[in-house]
Amino acid sequence: MIKAILIFNNHGKPRLSKFYEHYNEDTEQQIIRETFHLVSKRDENVCNFLEGGMLIGGSDYKLIYRHYATLYFVFCVDSSESELGILDLIQVFVETLDKCFENVCELDLIFHVDKVHNILAEMVMGGMVLETNMNEIITQVDAQNKMEKAETFIFQSTRQDR
Amino acid sequence: MSPSVPLQEMIRAIRSARTQCEERGVIQRECAAIRAQFRQTDNGGRSHNLAKLLYVHMLGYPAHFGQMECVRMIASPRYSEKRVGYLGAMMLLDEKQDASLLITNSIKNDLSHSNQYVQSLALCTLACMGSAEMCRDLAPEIDRLLQSANSYIKKKAALCAVHIVRKVQDLGELFIPAARSLLSEKNHGVLHGAVVLITELCERNPETLKRFRKTVPDLVQIMKGLIISGYSPEHDVSGISDPFLQVRILRLLRILGRNSESASDAMNDLLAQVATNTDSTKTVGNAVLYETVLTVLDIKSESGLRVLAVNILGRFLLNSDRNIRYIAMTSLQKIVGTDHNAVQRHRGTIVDCLKDQDASVKRRALELSLALVSASNIRSMIKELLLFLSSCPPELKAQATSGIFIAAERYAPSKRWHIDTILHVLTTAGGDVRDETVPNLIHLITNASELHCYTVHKLYRALVTDISQQSLVQVACWCIGEYGDLLLKGECQETEPVQVSEDDVLDALETVLQSHMSSSTTRGFALTATMKLSTRITDNVDRIRSIVSIYGSCIDVELQQRAVEYNALFKKYDHMRAAVLERMPLMERNSSGNTNGEATAETITETNSSKVTQEDRVPAPPPQQQPAKQTYDLLDLLGGSSEPLQQIPAAQTLPINTSGSAGGDLLDLLGGLEPSPATPAPSVTVYEKDGVTLTLSCEQQSDSSLAVTLTATNASESDISGFTLQAAVPKSVQLNMKAPSRDSLPARGAAQMTQLVMLNNPNKVNLKMRIRISYTRQGSAFQDMVQVDSLPGLS
Repeated sequence: MIKAILIFNNHGKPRLSKFYEHYNEDTEQQIIRETFHLVSKRDENVCNFLEGGMLIGGSDYKLIYRHYATLYFVFCVDSSESELGILDLIQVFVETLDKCFENVCELDLIFHVDKVHNILAEMVMGGMVLETNMNEIITQVDAQNKMEKAETFIFQSTRQDR
Repeated sequence: MSPSVPLQEMIRAIRSARTQCEERGVIQRECAAIRAQFRQTDNGGRSHNLAKLLYVHMLGYPAHFGQMECVRMIASPRYSEKRVGYLGAMMLLDEKQDASLLITNSIKNDLSHSNQYVQSLALCTLACMGSAEMCRDLAPEIDRLLQSANSYIKKKAALCAVHIVRKVQDLGELFIPAARSLLSEKNHGVLHGAVVLITELCERNPETLKRFRKTVPDLVQIMKGLIISGYSPEHDVSGISDPFLQVRILRLLRILGRNSESASDAMNDLLAQVATNTDSTKTVGNAVLYETVLTVLDIKSESGLRVLAVNILGRFLLNSDRNIRYIAMTSLQKIVGTDHNAVQRHRGTIVDCLKDQDASVKRRALELSLALVSASNIRSMIKELLLFLSSCPPELKAQATSGIFIAAERYAPSKRWHIDTILHVLTTAGGDVRDETVPNLIHLITNASELHCYTVHKLYRALVTDISQQSLVQVACWCIGEYGDLLLKGECQETEPVQVSEDDVLDALETVLQSHMSSSTTRGFALTATMKLSTRITDNVDRIRSIVSIYGSCIDVELQQRAVEYNALFKKYDHMRAAVLERMPLMERNSSGNTNGEATAETITETNSSKVTQEDRVPAPPPQQQPAKQTYDLLDLLGGSSEPLQQIPAAQTLPINTSGSAGGDLLDLLGGLEPSPATPAPSVTVYEKDGVTLTLSCEQQSDSSLAVTLTATNASESDISGFTLQAAVPKSVQLNMKAPSRDSLPARGAAQMTQLVMLNNPNKVNLKMRIRISYTRQGSAFQDMVQVDSLPGLS
């Protein structure tokens, strides 16, 4: 099971934080800080698996991370997930973001947090991997966005009618 | 206008804040505005406000006032509001909040909505934060959705079912038929969800596992389809067709095939095929191979297949990609118990990984190396591990030292090697060893009597070089104290002789005493060692006397106490000094669970013969000899009465201070030395006064628990009322007094009162009890106390 998905930049500012188990707000921030500390110390050519975070829950959990330019994508998983599989999942996630946002960069993630959450909700649900096919995910996300746009349009046009 | 423009404006405002203080100000203003807007009734921009709130929450500011708004938004008919509402529910609500119950009804309605996206929102939220009650309510809905025609909904419902099963295990039964039928789907997403669901059901319930064994052929079929089928662009990741699904199916096969011959047979061909055909140049290929290897090693596969699997792991170990090496070591760790020899073949590579720069790889290599240590390779492995210890990252030091100690203890080829190894560890990483190491090492040294000379020379040299490692210094001081005469003799077969004069030794001990780096325990050791040397050296006794008297006014209470007592030993009891400070006899080791939960010294129980000889030479020492600071828990409890503990030779109390707290030790000493009463009579009268008689009888219930029955009778002429008993026992014993049968005793023994007391004595200390009796007779209150020193009927 995936316990948490975190995205933060090279200075430790969180860009996305999704927890699949409940912690109170202070603990969540502490986890983000601690993860940043552990991950930022790593060299470029060491392996992508980290153990030893105390807060997020003890010995069964490890951090699997990937560093892309200015962002760290960190998945905190337990032993029931395949480590190499999660590495690939991070890759699929980033590629999907790239397709949805056209050459995604950190600013896109900053200003469209809700969209990133929606994309993530199509991939991971309740801590489990839901869908890994990029095209399928993008189709669903596009359909949902269209629905939302249609609603706003109707709402706005009714307002103008008054 | 997209709904997130106001959100973007706020984000821009937050980002333009240059200091943390400014940012807080901006956020506070925004939150106030949001709160005001929430209080207003329906307006068009509700979703913007909640989105803003969620952003603020991510940055770490409190956002709990948005919870009710989430509930309202979820109930709204508009999709955009529902979406943000559900997102807010997932981030802000959890089962402990009351607001989460309110959304159960909305979720129920949305699960039957006509729009699949609304249904999916509800499913997603339920899977993320559904509480047990919500799961119970909505499980039938989920089951219905599992059978719907829409594959998008089916796959989400499958994962939602997994969450439900995790929360409420009994509901698993409900989903079994649906799960079974899902296996015949073509859609990979649904298949994936179905496999996860079946995995979860099988892991939770062995009955279900047996039922699903029949699906093994279907699963094998699906896998074959995935491997053999041609290139399918939608599921392809670097040339492998849907590796995620392959990995999941392999994992399920592993669970189904464990402990089952028939299921394992059905899988053998498939696993061989996957193992040989998968392309291992990319990470995905390795992921599938890795899972295959784990499955092969876990089920009852044929031996050829197992050999293949271990070879694949060996190849992984030599891979240049660190990730793969890490993975390989993780899986070798899992099989080192069962296929020990196969893993031994790769020992060289694993030991090389200890020198890798990567901390994660080092950690794995350390664990695996410790598991691979055996009697045949102990010397070379420990050499490598000691090398590792000198350059090891600090978080792994504790693990490494305890691992080395355990391995050395199990397989040490000779005592001298053992002692050398421990000394080496103490000099390199003395700060990270556990507390038990010091007494363990002392015990080891005492028992290796032929090596005393060698050990004390080595330790002296180590002490002179470096006094910063506390454990090493403590052991060194103790040894010098005990075997100082051997040190001064200068000759030793096993090492080069070194001329050590008495002054040098005393200098060394004084340096330890005065150094800032020494902890108070270490100082205690050093002072005791100095004292012991007074009988072993000849010329500098005056120097020792002066050192000891200096510390008589030390600020540290423990040191002061010791110094004062040693002074007394010099002045008034000089005739006993030699006997008191003579060499310690061989110790037997007790398990270290005996000391009131503190991880301190093992208790020292004397063998009978040495006890007798000690007692002969040391006639009952007067009470001043006993270090009063060592609180005998027993005496403390029983009101501090100074019973002279004549049986204890004071000699043992002085050198036993292996660490500061020794209260528990002493108690166990008491227990060890006093003979247990062998009275056959089960009940004994413990109190008799003014016609009130109290008798006590015991019955041993189990190894550590005892049932004591107190019986009281009144033989006098007047009635007694309000009769109560209170009892006190030594600190480590647990007491449970049951209700008395009555609280009044009529005259002339017309009726008696009984009370049951349950005692639990896990540390097996000697049981004493002090009982306070209080009652009222003829209007006046009466109280008395009696002490029971030995409980009858104890075996």
